[in-house]
Amino acid sequence: MTVDTSETKQPILQIKGLTKYFGGLAAVKTFDMTLERGSLTGLIGPNGAGKTTVFNMITGLYTPTGGDIIFQDESIVGLEPFEVTREGIGRTFQNIRLFSNLTVLDNVRIAYHAHSGYSLIDGILYNRKFQTKEKELTERAQDFLAIFKLENLQNEVAKNLPYGQQRRVEIARALACDPRLLLLDEPAAGMNPHEIQELMDLIHFIRSRFDLTILLIEHQMRVVMGICEKISVMDFGEVIARGTPKEIQDNPKVVEAYLGKGATHAA
Amino acid sequence: MEISSLFISIIKILGILAYIYGLLWVLGRPKLWMKIAGVVVAFGVVQAFLSIQLGNNNQILNTFDRGLLFQACAISMVALGLNLIYGFNGQFSLGQWGFYGIGAYTGADITFRWINGDSTGLVVVGLGVILEALLIYGVNQFLKRYRGMPVLSAFTLYLLGTVVVWFVADKIGIALNPAIIPLLGTSDKLGVLATGAPMQVVFFLAVILAGAFAAEVSFLFGLPVLTLGSDYFGIATLGFTIVANVLLVNTDTILPFPEMRGGRGMLGIPQMTTWFWAFFFLLFVIIVMRNLLQSSSGRAIMSVREDETAAKAMGIDVANNKLMAFVIGSFFAGIGGAVYAHYIGFLSPATFTFLAGFNPLIIVVFGGLGSMTGTIAASFGWIFFLEGLLRVILDSIGTEAANWRFVLYPVALLVLMLVRPQGLLGTVEWGFLKAKKVLVRAQPEPPASTVVVNQSTGD
Repeated sequence: MTVDTSETKQPILQIKGLTKYFGGLAAVKTFDMTLERGSLTGLIGPNGAGKTTVFNMITGLYTPTGGDIIFQDESIVGLEPFEVTREGIGRTFQNIRLFSNLTVLDNVRIAYHAHSGYSLIDGILYNRKFQTKEKELTERAQDFLAIFKLENLQNEVAKNLPYGQQRRVEIARALACDPRLLLLDEPAAGMNPHEIQELMDLIHFIRSRFDLTILLIEHQMRVVMGICEKISVMDFGEVIARGTPKEIQDNPKVVEAYLGKGATHAA
Repeated sequence: MEISSLFISIIKILGILAYIYGLLWVLGRPKLWMKIAGVVVAFGVVQAFLSIQLGNNNQILNTFDRGLLFQACAISMVALGLNLIYGFNGQFSLGQWGFYGIGAYTGADITFRWINGDSTGLVVVGLGVILEALLIYGVNQFLKRYRGMPVLSAFTLYLLGTVVVWFVADKIGIALNPAIIPLLGTSDKLGVLATGAPMQVVFFLAVILAGAFAAEVSFLFGLPVLTLGSDYFGIATLGFTIVANVLLVNTDTILPFPEMRGGRGMLGIPQMTTWFWAFFFLLFVIIVMRNLLQSSSGRAIMSVREDETAAKAMGIDVANNKLMAFVIGSFFAGIGGAVYAHYIGFLSPATFTFLAGFNPLIIVVFGGLGSMTGTIAASFGWIFFLEGLLRVILDSIGTEAANWRFVLYPVALLVLMLVRPQGLLGTVEWGFLKAKKVLVRAQPEPPASTVVVNQSTGD
């Protein structure tokens, strides 16, 4: 797939012994993971296995009980969610979280807020700096939407879009933050087969175009097996298997986690 | 008689709505000279209505209407501030009325002292506000170095700094007072600085300082309280309004301001609010808020209302953003309060009870959450409908019948909520306030060969 240089092998994200307790319940226990730069990794597991909790800890929404997360050689544990985003980690959500009463264009422009280039005062004074920067920013957002073939929908209110398009906008919006690592939380949830195909194409496309590392949670085996290079399987907060899609499919532990004990014997 | 006065009242309300529409339309023109000309004309028309005599000391807008107009301007500013906090930022707040009261008393105290030969009001508040702003900036910079300091610790720092700052401002103000007093004269014979143009400048400063003071109070209050979730925040702000009211009742006992006369009410505030100033400050608030909302910060404010978690994931500092909206909204409330105080000339804590604090909330919901136009129209409509139309009609029926307006008005509200839950205007904006529509561009370049077409195996 990608060129095998030493640079691509360098890890972009290292998670060591990540643990999260909710009260006495361990949602995630000593979770380890290393993502190589440019890789596309899947994280799967039955419901309640702790996948989304891992995402929330990486993005700073939850503070880990223990362990460390190292992103580009720096620990990001304890950063606020917005700081994590500014460090270069973008994400989408399991249930689409667009700014539903705002237009598609505004959804993308909000992602540029941290780098708008003008201050609150410039905005209130409506001065020249504001006007030029705002124009630049809008054009940048339009260029960006054009990449995703959404430019004709820019003035639509986000909530009026069909589901597949909303997911597309959400991914576009996450990429507008200019991340190096993109976390996708069940991007194919609730999609029909046609939309899933489009989504898979989209993921391939953004990965090559934006030089991204992608980590995704997914339940649709078709997506996971189809596009991931490596897969980690979680159950009860722990990693029970890692490997290529082929290895995972044949792993008896994984089958057990999904289908219950005894399934391997029956098979 | 009744029919004609009813008719005239309705004409007046419709006229005002048309006026607001026209004003916003002309402000939305692209050419600067058209905007300026439009504003001057808009100002002049009302000024003419107020001053042209129709014989027998009767104007098109009589003294009663004039009062309604100024009240409507003041309440518009308060409601616009609340709409920024609640309608655009999504933080349910009942504290707006407290900041309105603080602004009113602050502004009134500055000019009251000034015309009574005491410069400490202006100097202390002015210095205090400036030093406090520097303090907030400084502490903020300092805190950036210490990651993850708990909010309450940061708050304690701000609070300690505030005490020091106001102590210093007070001392300096008292020290400077003897040097300024000769220029102020006494209340019987006003000096150079207390009449004419200098006094207008003092009034302008008093209004702006009242707003800034309310904003700084809201910063100190909002910093710890905004970390609460939405409903809890609402209750905390309700508490704030009550605290503010109790303090106003006790200004002469537990606070050192005998001239405010506590629950008996503050008398003798110079009535300096003219149509020029009311119009000026209302326009100021409208323009500031509109520019804010159409900038990147405004979009960030709205994103927090839409979805906080997603806003965080977009790299928006949500806590900071909420605080900013809250402070700016309170700034508007403070300005509105000072304008009101200098129109009415008499302040009583009874005006600022928490029950009356629901008025701006009702106006904002009535006009439409997230619509500036709706808020302005509802403020004017509300005052002229409730005070003007209903009072005139009901007074003609019987002396006590006027109280029926507090029955009719809530019923009207209930009906509106059933028929149009999004408020009168929803999120519709007129003219100047409408966000500029970004046109869809003609296809710039066919986005290269990278366009997705079933190349799922990659290249």
